[in-house]
Amino acid sequence: MISIPTAVDVAALKETTLLNMGIFGLFVAVTMVIVLRASRNNKTAADYYAAGRSFTGSQNGTAIAGDYLSAASFLGITGAIAINGYDGFMYSIGFLVAWLVALLLVAELLRNTGKFTMADVLSFRLKQRPVRIAAAISTLAVCFFYLLAQMAGAGSLISLLLGISDWGGQALVIIVVGALMIMYVLIGGMKGTTWVQIIKAILLIAGAAVMTLWVLAIYGFNLSSLLGAAVDTANNPAVLNPGLQYGKTETSKLDFMSLGLALVLGTAALPHVLMRFYTVPTAKEARKSVVWSIWLIGLFYLFTLVLGYGAAALVGAATIKAAPGGVNSAAPLLAFHLGGPLLLGFISAVAFATILAVVAGLTITAAASFAHDIYASVIAKGKADADTEVKVARRTVVVIGVLAIVGGIFANGQNVAFLVALAFAVAASANLPTIIYSLFWRRFTTQGAIWSMYGGLGSAILLIAFSPVVSGAATSMIPGSNFAVFPLSNPGIVSIPLAFLLGWLGTVLDKKTEDPAKQAEMEVRSLTGVGAEKAVDH
Amino acid sequence: MGNDARTPDVAASADFEEVQATAQFQELRKRHRSFVFPMAAAFLLWYFAYVLLADYAVGFMSTKVWGNINIGLIMGLLQFVTTFAITGWYVSYCNRKLDPVAAEIRHGIEGHEFDKAATGVSGGAAGGAAK
Repeated sequence: MISIPTAVDVAALKETTLLNMGIFGLFVAVTMVIVLRASRNNKTAADYYAAGRSFTGSQNGTAIAGDYLSAASFLGITGAIAINGYDGFMYSIGFLVAWLVALLLVAELLRNTGKFTMADVLSFRLKQRPVRIAAAISTLAVCFFYLLAQMAGAGSLISLLLGISDWGGQALVIIVVGALMIMYVLIGGMKGTTWVQIIKAILLIAGAAVMTLWVLAIYGFNLSSLLGAAVDTANNPAVLNPGLQYGKTETSKLDFMSLGLALVLGTAALPHVLMRFYTVPTAKEARKSVVWSIWLIGLFYLFTLVLGYGAAALVGAATIKAAPGGVNSAAPLLAFHLGGPLLLGFISAVAFATILAVVAGLTITAAASFAHDIYASVIAKGKADADTEVKVARRTVVVIGVLAIVGGIFANGQNVAFLVALAFAVAASANLPTIIYSLFWRRFTTQGAIWSMYGGLGSAILLIAFSPVVSGAATSMIPGSNFAVFPLSNPGIVSIPLAFLLGWLGTVLDKKTEDPAKQAEMEVRSLTGVGAEKAVDH
Repeated sequence: MGNDARTPDVAASADFEEVQATAQFQELRKRHRSFVFPMAAAFLLWYFAYVLLADYAVGFMSTKVWGNINIGLIMGLLQFVTTFAITGWYVSYCNRKLDPVAAEIRHGIEGHEFDKAATGVSGGAAGGAAK
C-alpha cells in the first residue's frame, strides 16, 4: 500500500504524554473540588444513593448521557466505523433506539414505584426476600461485567495515550483510576458521581462536536465526499456497505441479530441507568431526563459516524490497527491529526474522564444494591437504620473498587465494546422480562420472577462460558482450549426469549396468586405518581 | 422499609383497589397502554426490519442513491429520525392526554377521597369534606 502523506507519526504521540497527564490532572482537580462541595449535604440514605432527588430533568438527562456514553461508545464505535465501516454504525443505532424502550415502558413507571434500586420495583408486589435477592444478584452481575469492560478499556487507552506499554505500568494506571473512582464515590455519593458525569458529558459532546465540524469542514460539509475519501484511503468501496464485519458467514449474521436484540433490549434493564431515574423529584422529570438523554446520545452517535469515517479517510485503517491500543485508538489519532498535541491531550483527558465517570456510576449502583437490597432488607431484615445502611454502602464501595481494579488488571486487553455488549445481554435476559411483567401483567407471580431472573442470568452466563468468547477461537479469553459448543459470541437471541418464556411459564404453573391489593397499589402508584418520594429539602 | 428520612406517605391510607376500579383510572390506563404498546411494537419491528435488511439484503442496502450515500446509510439515519420523532410524539401525548388525568387522580387520593375508612361513601363526596 502507498504510504499516506497525512499519516500520523505514532512515535510523536509519546511526546505529548506530559500534556495529556496535565490536562487529565486538571480535570481530576476541578471535579474533586465540585464533589467535595456537593457532598456537604450528604446526610440521609436518599442523599447518598439518590442525590436527595434534587436534580432537574435536564441535569439528570446530561448525567445519563455521561453515564451511557462510555469508552465503548466513544473509542469503540469510532474505531469500529473506521475499521469496519457501516457495521460499526449499526452498533450506535441499537444503542440509541434502545432508549425508546426506557422512555415508553420503564422510566416513569419505575420512578413512581421505587426508591433506590431496581429491586424496589421488582419486589413491590411479589415476595420481598427471594425477589430482592435475585434482583440484587443480577444487578451485581451486570455491574461486574460492565466494570470489567471499563477497566479493561482504561488499560488499552493508557497504552496509547500515556505511552505506557508494559503490563506493570498499565496495571499501575488501572490502580490509580480505581483509587480515584473510590474517592469520588466514597466522598460524593450519588451527588458527586452525578456532577462528574455531567461535566464529562459536556466535555465529551463538545469535544466530539468540534472534531466533527473540523472533519466536515475539510470535506466542504459534504458527507458524500467524506465517504468517498474514506473509500479511497481504505481502497475498498465495501466500507460504505453493511456486512464487512458481520456478513462473512451465516453464523456471524446470526451473531449480529443476537447483538442487535441485546443492545435494543438491554439499555432499559441496566441497573446503573435505572438508578439514575431516582435522582429526580418526579416522574415528569424522569421523562424529561430520558428526552434530554435521547437527544444528546443521538447527536453524539451522529458525530461518531463522521468521526469514524473521518478517521478512516484521514488516518487510515492500517495506521489505526498498527497503533498501540489498536481499534480503540481511532478517535485519539484523528484528534492528533486535526489539532495536534493539544486536541489529543484534551480528547485523551475526556476519554479518561469517561471511564472514571462510568466506573463511579457502576460502583455506586452495585454498592447501593448490596447495602439496600441484601444488607438492609435481607440480612438486617429491615431493622437497620439509615446510618448503618449508608456505612455498609460506603464499605461496599471500597470492596467493589478493589475487585474492579484486580479484575481490570486481568481483563486488560479484552475488546471493550464487546464486553459491554455482554453486559447488555445479561441485563436484557436477567432483568427486562421481570421489569415488564411486573409493571404490565396483573397475573405475574413470584415464581415467574424467580424463574425468569435466574433462568435469564444463568443461561446468558452459561452460553457465554461455552461460546467462542471464552475458548475455541484465536481471540478467546483462554486461547488454546476449545469447549465452545455454542457458536455465537452474544447469547441474547437465545437467553432473552428464554427468560421471557420462563417468566410466563413460572407464572401460569404457579398455584399461588399474589395479593391483588398490592397489584392495584403498584398500578395506581406507577401511573399517577401518588406518594412517590419527593426531593429532600435541606 | 422505614430506613430513610422520608416524607410520610400521603397515600398510605388509600384503598388502591377502589382507585383502580374507577372509570377515570381505567381510562388513564387505557390511554397509556393504547399509546405505548403499539408504539413499542412499531419501533421494534422497524428496527429489526432494518437489522435484517443490513444482515441479509446487503446488495439492496448498498444501492447508491446520491453520490456515495446509499440506501443503508439513509435507512440508518432514518432510525435516528424516527427515534427523535417518537420521543417528541410521546411527550406531547403525555402532556395532552396522560398528565392531566394522572394529576386529577393523584389529587383525589391525596385529598383522602379513596381512604379505606371511607367505604360506603362515594369517593367524591368524602373527598370534598376532607379538603
